[in-house]
Amino acid sequence: MASKTFRGGVHLNYHKELTNQKPLINVDASDVVIIPLKMHIGQEASPIVKKGDRVLVGQKIGDTSAFVGVPVHSSVSGEVQKIDTTLLPNGLRGLAVFIKNDGQYELDPSIKPKASLEELSSREIVDIVREAGIVGLGGATFPTHVKLCVPEGKDVDYLLVNGAECEPYLTCDHRIMLERTDELFYGIEAAARACGAEHIKICIEDNKKDCIELLAKRCGPNCEVVALETKYPQGGEKQLIKAVLNREVPSGTLPYEVGVVVINVGTAVAIAEAIQKGMPLVKRAVSVTGDIVNNPGNFIVPIGTTMDKLLDIVGGTKEPIGRIIYGGPMMGTSIHETDEPVVKGTSGILVLGRNESPLIGEPDPCIRCARCVDHCPMHLMPNMLERLVSKEELDKAKKMGLNDCIECGCCSYVCPSKRHLVQWIRVGKMELIARKKREDQKIASKAIETA
Amino acid sequence: MSPLILSLIVMGSLGLVFGLGLALASRKFAVESDPHIDEIEAVLPKVNCGACGAAGCRAFAEAVAAGKMPVNGCVPGGAAVTAQIASIMGVDADETKEREVAQVMCQGDYEHAKLRSLYDGLQDCRAAMGAAGGPKGCVYGCLRLGSCVKACPFNAIGLNEHGIPVVDESRCTGCNKCVEACPRNIIELRPVSMGVHVRCRSISKGADVRKVCTIGCIGCMKCQKTCKYDAIHVENNLARIDYSKCTNCGECAEVCPVGSIVKQGKTVIVRESIAVDKVETKTQKA
Repeated sequence: MASKTFRGGVHLNYHKELTNQKPLINVDASDVVIIPLKMHIGQEASPIVKKGDRVLVGQKIGDTSAFVGVPVHSSVSGEVQKIDTTLLPNGLRGLAVFIKNDGQYELDPSIKPKASLEELSSREIVDIVREAGIVGLGGATFPTHVKLCVPEGKDVDYLLVNGAECEPYLTCDHRIMLERTDELFYGIEAAARACGAEHIKICIEDNKKDCIELLAKRCGPNCEVVALETKYPQGGEKQLIKAVLNREVPSGTLPYEVGVVVINVGTAVAIAEAIQKGMPLVKRAVSVTGDIVNNPGNFIVPIGTTMDKLLDIVGGTKEPIGRIIYGGPMMGTSIHETDEPVVKGTSGILVLGRNESPLIGEPDPCIRCARCVDHCPMHLMPNMLERLVSKEELDKAKKMGLNDCIECGCCSYVCPSKRHLVQWIRVGKMELIARKKREDQKIASKAIETA
Repeated sequence: MSPLILSLIVMGSLGLVFGLGLALASRKFAVESDPHIDEIEAVLPKVNCGACGAAGCRAFAEAVAAGKMPVNGCVPGGAAVTAQIASIMGVDADETKEREVAQVMCQGDYEHAKLRSLYDGLQDCRAAMGAAGGPKGCVYGCLRLGSCVKACPFNAIGLNEHGIPVVDESRCTGCNKCVEACPRNIIELRPVSMGVHVRCRSISKGADVRKVCTIGCIGCMKCQKTCKYDAIHVENNLARIDYSKCTNCGECAEVCPVGSIVKQGKTVIVRESIAVDKVETKTQKA
C-alpha cells in the first residue's frame, strides 16, 4: 500500500541516522534547574512556592485557574533559590523558579498510582492529565486536557497518535515508540477513553520501518498503524488529519470539529506515567544531536536542566559551535546562550557547526516563481503575506489566511531568493495579537473613564 | 435645413434639457454638509496618522465639526492647528496641553552594550525579538534594527552612527507610532519641556547590568539621594523620574556614575499665549 500524505510540503535531508539507534538514557538534572512557569500555550501559572522553600520531585510549584493552562511541577528536590523573570526560548519574558538541586531526587508524598483505567471515568482522566501538567510534547505545547475534553455536542470518532516526527535530526519519538511500547499503548487507551474515540490510528512516517512493524503487532482490534510518506511537515496536526482521514479542519477551529483528537506519542507515554505512577510531567525525551556533537544521543531529561549540562553529557563538540537550535532545524528557535533550560516543548537540541549555519545576509528580490505557494501545506500564498505584512496591511493579510499559517517554514526553505517569508508571517501574527491587546486596553481605559 | 444646423439645434437642446435636469437634481438631492468640515480639513497636517483616534484627517474634521472630538485633538498639528480649528469653530482653545515628544530610553549602542550572539535574520526588531529574545546581551535594551524608524510617518526618528534611534524633537509630533512599533517598549512620550531622562529600561540588578552594558542604570540610588525635589526614585533596580515634580535642574545627571541619566537639549519654552511650538533648543552638556 502506498504511504499516505497531503499536498505540499518539502523533502528534506533527514540526518536521523545520527541518533535513531541510540537508546534513551536517563540523565541527572543540572545543579540549578530553571523551571519557567509558562511552558505551554495559554495562561502563565503563578508560583505557589517562595524563596527558601524546600521542594520535592513532582511537587507542584505553580498553578493557574484558567482552563487553557496547566500547573508546573518541580523536577528535582532541593531549595528554591529565587523566582525571577527570564527570557524564554520563544523570546517572551516570563517568571521562572530557580531550584538548587540537592541530588537526592526525593519524591513528593502525593505521588502514588491512580486507580486502574477501568475504574476511571473520562472526566477523571482529564483531571489527572491536567493536574500532571501534561502538554503536547511534539513541540506546540498545547495543554492536553483541553484536547481531550471534547465539548458537548461534538462527537469524536478517531484518535490519531502522532509518531510522524517529520523534523530532521530528531529521533526521541522514534525511540519512545520502540522502548516504551507498553506505556505508549496504556496512554493511548487512556486518551481514547477520555475523548470517547472508537478508532485509533497510530501514524508513523515510513522512514521508521522498525516502529511500524513493532507497533502493528501490538495493535488491538480497533487500532491500526498507518504508514505515512516521509515528508515535512507530515507531523503537523492538520496535515496528519488530511493525510490519514482526508478531513480538513476548518480555519480557526480545533480538530474535534471534524471528529478527531491528535496526540503525540510522547504525550501518550506521559499520560500513562501520570495514571500508572502518579508522576506529573517532570521529564521529557530530548535528542541532543548534530554532526559536530561527539556522542549524540537520546536522553530522558528533567525539565529545567540547563543546556550546559546536556552539552557536557554528550561530550562536547568536535569543532566550534555555530548555532544551537531548540527543537528541530525547521521550526526550532536558535538561542543565544547556553544557560537556557530544557522546557516541556524541547524535543531536541541541535548543535550546528559554523559551516552548517552560514549567514544568509540580505535577501534577493522576489522573482515570483511561486515555489512557496506550491509547497505551502496550508495552501496559502506566503509571498503575498510577506508583502502585506511588511507594508503593515494586516487586515488584508488576515483575509488571506495569515492566522492559518502553521509556521512550518517550507516557504523560506524553498525560496530561491532566500526571503524571510515565514519570519514576516510570524511578525504579522505577533502584530495582530499586539494590536488586539492595544484595542482591548483602549476599551478598558475608556470604560474606566466613563464609569 | 442643412444637417449641420439641425444636429446643432438637436444636440444643443438635448444638452440644455439634461443640464437643467442635473441642475434641478443637484438642488433637490443636495447633501447637506457642514462647511466647517472642509475648513478644518484645510488646516490639518493631512498625514492621516490616526494619533487623534479618528480614521484620518477627514474623519477627525467631521468629528470636530459634529462636536464629538475636542478642537485640540490633532496631535501632530499641535497648538498652532488647535488655535486655527478653535477660531473656525468659534470656541476658546483653553485646554492646551503640552506637546509630547518621543524619548528613547536606551543608550546601549555598539560601544556600550554587548551582543550575546550574531543575528542574521529578518532585519526587524519584532522578528529579532521572536528569535529567542534577540541578539542583544541586555534583554531590555534597544535591538537597533530600526522598526521605530520605519514606523515614523514624519521622518522624525533615525538611527545614529552607533545604531541607537534619535528623535528629532522639532519634527516629532507625539503620534505614538514608534511607541507601538517598539517590541521592547523603550520609546516613551514625554512632555517636550522635560530635558532630564533616565535613558535605561533595565530592571536587572546592577551587577547583571554591568555585565552587558556600561551605560545602563545600576540602581545605585545616588540620584534619589541627590534630588532636592523628591522627583526621582529607584524602584525595581531602575531610577524613574516623576515628571510632575522634576524641575530640569539636572543634578541627578551630574551624579549618575554610569551616565544613564542624561540632561541634553535643554528646552526652553516661550509661553506666549498659545504658541507652544516656538521652542528654542539649546544644547547644554550635562
